[in-house]
Amino acid sequence: MTSLFDTICRFMDKNQNSILTSKKLSESLEKVKDMPSSGEVSQLSPFMISLTVFILAIFVGYYVVWKVTPALHSPLMAVTNAISSVIIVGALIACSIPLLGAAKYFGFLAVMLAAINIFGGFSITHRMLHMFHKKKS
Amino acid sequence: MSENLSAFFYLIASVCFILALKDLASAKTARRGNQFAILGMGLAILTTLLSPMVVLYQGIFSALILGAVIGIFVAKAIKMTALPQLVAAFHSLVGLSAVFVAAAVLVQPDAFGVGFIGDIRPSRLIEIGLGGAIGALTFTGSLVAFAKLQGILTGKPHILPMHFFINIGLGIAILSLLGLLLVTESYAVFSVLIIVALVLGVLLIIPIGGADMPVIISMLNSYSGWAAAGIGFTLANNMLVITGALVGSSGAILSYIMCKGMNRSFVNVIFGGYGSVAQEKAASSEDKNVKAGSPEDAAFLLKNSQNVIVVPGYGMAVAHAQHAIKELSQLLKEESIGIKFAIHPVAGRMPGHMNVLLAEAGIDYENVYELEDINSDFQNTDVVLVIGANDVTNPAAKTDPQSPIYGMPILDVENAKTVFFIKRSLSAGYAGVDNELFYRENTYMLFGDAKKMTETIVKSFKDD
Repeated sequence: MTSLFDTICRFMDKNQNSILTSKKLSESLEKVKDMPSSGEVSQLSPFMISLTVFILAIFVGYYVVWKVTPALHSPLMAVTNAISSVIIVGALIACSIPLLGAAKYFGFLAVMLAAINIFGGFSITHRMLHMFHKKKS
Repeated sequence: MSENLSAFFYLIASVCFILALKDLASAKTARRGNQFAILGMGLAILTTLLSPMVVLYQGIFSALILGAVIGIFVAKAIKMTALPQLVAAFHSLVGLSAVFVAAAVLVQPDAFGVGFIGDIRPSRLIEIGLGGAIGALTFTGSLVAFAKLQGILTGKPHILPMHFFINIGLGIAILSLLGLLLVTESYAVFSVLIIVALVLGVLLIIPIGGADMPVIISMLNSYSGWAAAGIGFTLANNMLVITGALVGSSGAILSYIMCKGMNRSFVNVIFGGYGSVAQEKAASSEDKNVKAGSPEDAAFLLKNSQNVIVVPGYGMAVAHAQHAIKELSQLLKEESIGIKFAIHPVAGRMPGHMNVLLAEAGIDYENVYELEDINSDFQNTDVVLVIGANDVTNPAAKTDPQSPIYGMPILDVENAKTVFFIKRSLSAGYAGVDNELFYRENTYMLFGDAKKMTETIVKSFKDD
């Protein structure tokens, strides 16, 4: 079972560098735990790190979003839409490298579309929340 | 900027996004929430711009400025009643953007640190394919949702013969193409994969009717999050993974709340409209007695009541009646008549749609109540004014096991002393079910456009 899982992880990530770093990490961990060396060193892949973060973030999202008042579900959708455009991070990298042929527009378009969302999403959220705010007086 | 420093700033940005959602828990802190989100996004963009992976800037700045101008212009110009369309359109852009990012990674993997042309790591290839496919599906799905909400396509469900099997076939095709992409790493396979996902996006949304849009919009919201998380896995960027997971779970929770509001399962919304059951039921209502009221009656009864509850629905949004309703509520307040607003979870075309429209008109959100908080109040209420809502008030949901909406939580307006129902005609609501409330002793129908009718009530209220 364990070895199968390791194989999957290794398959999911064949990055030699990170395997080296995680080797060092697991070696030092072994020293701390003073475990008998079994010969096979466990290798934590970046995929597992991302998966861990992903699952934990889903839990955070779950508990935070249930607390949102139903009256603000529309602003919630607008703001989550805006922040899902954080893929602009990938788009910016794509836009900054010289690509060939039709591909050279990919980055530009990706940045532009994400930017429409970011600026549009935040300003529509602001507009909506402003309406809820002025009611207080 | 070193990789560790970038990762640190990305972490701060992720925390900002979490705080942004947390602050939406109450209207008092919500604006700070939006500021947190803006801060997080600014930090994320700046950190990326300063990282060594970004080499050329001129394209970036023109794209950013162009996007900003378009985005802000649209957000300022849009009417609040058109909000669901706008959100659907925005979702489609996230999807398309994800497709382009995935394509760029495939074409130039070394720039993203995921391998080299012809030798991309297998896990990354799967993530590129999956991220691109979810993006493509979100793109066309949202476009169809937009077209339905904007009235370009009719809100009626369009179902192809063998629709379900075609969808399953396309789903299998996507999985096989992912496998093929893994083996070949070919651009052609990637393009076909994207095209199949584009088609599937259309077919998934086209059979879904107008009133199910709250579920669909939430679902697409969720997809745009999963697409972002997919790109995050590809680039091994934990901020993208965290943000995608937050957005994904947020959309999923909203879909769940909307489904519960209709007492339908998610699968049921995706795979079948109400349509077919509806026709047989319509015939039986002809000989029943309907009482038509006049706006003058309504104004008189409102004036002589102690407390009033207004139940708004999609019809209010269509007719832009919210400002007239605000005026009415002002008049009632001056007469010290208690007025409350009751909002069903699925009223309107997106979650929280009614709340935003009432807020826009300047109605105090403290007078606006959710279903479970107000349902017991109807029995002590003199007058209920239903404006453009229908199915969410139908008592058949409680009494008639044959009804397609049986089991759906509804607003118990029939318990009030008098019900005024503003509606254009006696036609059935979206569910195609006749509303037995129309034939009750204590119900008066006010036939007409929601806005004009409310304005006439206001006028006779003043004249009296």
